[in-house]
Amino acid sequence: MWEFLQTYGPRLLDGALVTCAQFVLAALVACSAALVAGLGRLSPVWPLRTLATLYIELFRGTSLLVQLYWIFFVLPLFGLSLPKFEAGFLSVGLNVGAYGAEIVRGAITAVPRGQWEAGYALSMSPARRMRRIILPQALVLMLPPWGNLLIELLKGTALVALIAVPDLMFVAKQINGTTFRSAEAFGAALVIYYVLARLLITPAMRGLERTMARRLGRA
Amino acid sequence: MDLSAYPLELPESDRPMVRFLNVTKSYGSLVVLDNLNLDIQRGEMVSVIGPSGSGKTTVLRMLMTLETINGGVIYVDGKPLTHMVRGGRLVPADEAHLRRMRASIGMCFQHFNLFPHMTALQNCMEGPVQVLGLSKAEARARAEDLLAMVGMIDKKDQHPSRLSGGQQQRVAIARALAMRPRIMLFDEVTSALDPEVIGEVTEVIRKLVAEHDLTMLMVTHQMGFARDISDRICFFYKGKIEEQAPPEQFFANPQRERTQQFLRAVKDAD
Ligand SMILES: Nc1ncnc2c1ncn2[C@@H]1O[C@H](COP(=O)(O)OP(=O)(O)O)[C@@H](O)[C@H]1O
Ligand SMILES: [Mg+2]
Repeated sequence: MWEFLQTYGPRLLDGALVTCAQFVLAALVACSAALVAGLGRLSPVWPLRTLATLYIELFRGTSLLVQLYWIFFVLPLFGLSLPKFEAGFLSVGLNVGAYGAEIVRGAITAVPRGQWEAGYALSMSPARRMRRIILPQALVLMLPPWGNLLIELLKGTALVALIAVPDLMFVAKQINGTTFRSAEAFGAALVIYYVLARLLITPAMRGLERTMARRLGRA
Repeated sequence: MDLSAYPLELPESDRPMVRFLNVTKSYGSLVVLDNLNLDIQRGEMVSVIGPSGSGKTTVLRMLMTLETINGGVIYVDGKPLTHMVRGGRLVPADEAHLRRMRASIGMCFQHFNLFPHMTALQNCMEGPVQVLGLSKAEARARAEDLLAMVGMIDKKDQHPSRLSGGQQQRVAIARALAMRPRIMLFDEVTSALDPEVIGEVTEVIRKLVAEHDLTMLMVTHQMGFARDISDRICFFYKGKIEEQAPPEQFFANPQRERTQQFLRAVKDAD
């Protein structure tokens, strides 16, 4: 095992870094898409509502793998070519964003009606009220479900190996293919994914939740 | 809805601060307010009392434009509140008109509804900065004055979750006043409070009545308080004004059977 890590450790680490990059970029895409689509679902303007619903339905109703292949292999046929790295995090981000949109929508509607009315009574415009009053409170409600979703997102990034993005999974498969040391290669991948999820993402989200709770004067 | 019989604007000679003219409000087939006619004069303090479900809150919410109306016209300072004039006719108001009109109205709620992510001071600065466009310094000065007036200046940096109900309600009053409204609406602002802190909130309202030139409409269950500070009592029953009179007359000599029943019932409960 030790000699395996000495030989392949650096490559696995490179793969893990690519996975981290995919994770961060996909998370940014997911958060933005979720916010836009979640707000779109609640918009009084029906074309926006329809557009948001279509996006959410499409990305939740089909598999991430098919979406990934579509974005990487099919979109070029329509003249939109994306490099594999970009196609990777974009697919994962858009897929997770569709789930996130429902979290955003749910959290916004869970902010008590009295808060909407208090903002209204101060003559705030709907947009300002959303930004200043509703979203900050919705954010607090969203954090726990987003913590779970980001772990799903991390796991989802493993699929980008299938379009040859050199992430952790891709590297593990390569090592396995040349050495046939499946247990070590995939075992290392397993541990690294677990460490990223449980020792980085979960504590980071907990920290964020605590900070937000303090902002509400609750801690 | 035919509004041709309603004036586009009230004449200078007959312009109360608020006029409900044949206002009707219903939810589906449930008629909550039936052909309401009510004037409130400048600087007047009117208390609205009545059994639960009689439409008291709805009157305030319509004035705050939190509820649409199904018939009639509400005038605030002579101008239609939820209508505007287009092509010489009254048509339902757009968002901009509503926002302009409700800038002169402030409301305090039963459950305070302070913004939990802001301190007391920030709660009071939010409207002035974001809506009125005051500078931070101006808004802070105004908010601090008001927090001092309601006796909450030492707690200005606390979040609502750290304040008692009475303290939160006093901050909520300061927050509404920071917008410099001409009309203040109070919807059972002491109903959610523990008995021992009710006094600190009614004290603030007394002060407003004594020292400010506000027009006020207050829904309350505190008969003694209403009697002390009101210019007029309005008794609502099933969506109609059953009786209204100056407090001395109203409490000493109620005319209507239902008013007498109601006053007996609340006295027994005390
Ligand atoms: N959003 C609503 N939908 C349906 N009915 C409502 C709604 N709001 C109030 N009502 C009804 O309108 C009536 C008057 O309510 P309200 O003005 O709150 O009474 P009060 O404040 O005098 O207790 C009640 O019968 C109540 O059930
Ligand atoms: Mg009520």
